[in-house]
Amino acid sequence: MASYSTNEFKAGLKVMLDNDPCAIIENEFVKPGKGQAFSRVKIRNLKTGRVMERTFKSGESLEGADVVDVEMQYLYNDGQFRHFMVPDTFEQYQTDEKVVGESGKWLKDQDTCTVTLWNDAPLAISPPNFVDLAITQTDPGVRGDTSGGGGKPAVLETGAVVRVPLFVQIGELIKVDTRTGEYVSRVKE
Amino acid sequence: MTHDWQPTCSLELIRLRAKMLAELRQFFAEKLVLEVETPLLSHSSGTDPQLEFFTTDYCLLPHRQTLFLQTSPEFAMKRLLAAGSGSIYQIGKAFRNGESGRFHNPEFTLLEWYRVGFSLAQLMDEIAELIAGLFSDQGLQETQRVSYQDVFVSYTGLNPLIFSYQDYCAFARDSQLSEAISLCGYDHGLWLDFLFSHKVQPYLGENALCLVYGYPACQSSLARISEENHQLAERVELFINGIELGNGYYELIDPKEQNERFDKEQVIRQQQKLPVTVKDQRLVAALESGLPECSGVAIGLDRLLMLLSGSTAIDEVLSFPICRA
Repeated sequence: MASYSTNEFKAGLKVMLDNDPCAIIENEFVKPGKGQAFSRVKIRNLKTGRVMERTFKSGESLEGADVVDVEMQYLYNDGQFRHFMVPDTFEQYQTDEKVVGESGKWLKDQDTCTVTLWNDAPLAISPPNFVDLAITQTDPGVRGDTSGGGGKPAVLETGAVVRVPLFVQIGELIKVDTRTGEYVSRVKE
Repeated sequence: MTHDWQPTCSLELIRLRAKMLAELRQFFAEKLVLEVETPLLSHSSGTDPQLEFFTTDYCLLPHRQTLFLQTSPEFAMKRLLAAGSGSIYQIGKAFRNGESGRFHNPEFTLLEWYRVGFSLAQLMDEIAELIAGLFSDQGLQETQRVSYQDVFVSYTGLNPLIFSYQDYCAFARDSQLSEAISLCGYDHGLWLDFLFSHKVQPYLGENALCLVYGYPACQSSLARISEENHQLAERVELFINGIELGNGYYELIDPKEQNERFDKEQVIRQQQKLPVTVKDQRLVAALESGLPECSGVAIGLDRLLMLLSGSTAIDEVLSFPICRA
């Protein structure tokens, strides 16, 4: 892998830091008029998701990280591993729940999601920003109440729990924003 | 179709720059400080290991020479002072290679002025007067004057004049800046640069001009060492809202010491495998012939304009920053 000097640190660049793959978020050139130049870098550890700040001497370099985002189809959960497939090549990948993390509750069989691969092994899973999921359980609502005020919890087919308006019923399909975990609308089938 | 032919700043900023320049010239005209011009191209360059310079080829066939673009007009202006110019100022371009970022463009505009017979304290008063005038519409608070030592101690608890490796490392660890330990090692000056720019500077001059004076002698640059305290240099830095605006000295006039500082910096350049520079013998000769007692300061006008306009990046106040130049 190539190495990158501080001058090449741009948002999105993937580098190795403390043996972990990281993504650069922000790079600020800091230099006292009569002093040493530094690069103050905001960086995300792609394994833990943790964001930290680190300063480098200007001109220092970091090893690039072999990290790529690949669109894959989520196949199924066998109880121990989740399985994904690259649609074009039929190449399959499996991951455990540790890698899937919070994203797991938005994954429905056959849906497309983004799998981040590090040295060809899954590092993180990102669901689409919006998913359509069926409600498997919720209190009976009041028909005709479309005010949207209040709301109630609903369990979705993937196990996720979201707050929905009172008029939404069991069996209905709803659109959810996975970034906020919030109900967006009902979906007509 | 590309849009990169267009300026990155608004037309309003172009007018604000013109207004600022007019006010600066008015200020110095009233004080009878003479406007001068000195060359951007020079046969020699500064030796400061922290400044990288641009070089260019001068062809006057059959001769070819390397010329340097000035990193500041300081040396040429001191030669004018030695020639008897009296107090002078200059508004012009300076060039520093490899400097690009939110507050840096490799080509930038400097205001530099020298006051013959002024102490550093007198110059600081004049700086405060100039800034107060320029910012009269912004409602800046009263100018703050703090010593480097006091401000460093108050933000870090560390003594900047005495290097204690243990204490500096402990502070770095407690401040989530552990990388400073391997980055700075046993280099006191580097530690000061690191800690000052991370832990002190961001808090200086909140809606006010903050003048920090009395720099540690190891950060003297071209300032004179204080006669009362040899640990201190007669140097001042200007900050507003955590942004470094300029740097002033009670100027070194001793040619022997100037020459020694050049040589010392040349050695550091060699050790760090930096490009070799050509020492400015004409400056040393000018000092030998006699530089009057004076204080001088340089202020970055692009950053000043950023503060006057509330801009967050230097590109917002430049017509064509380096990426569009």
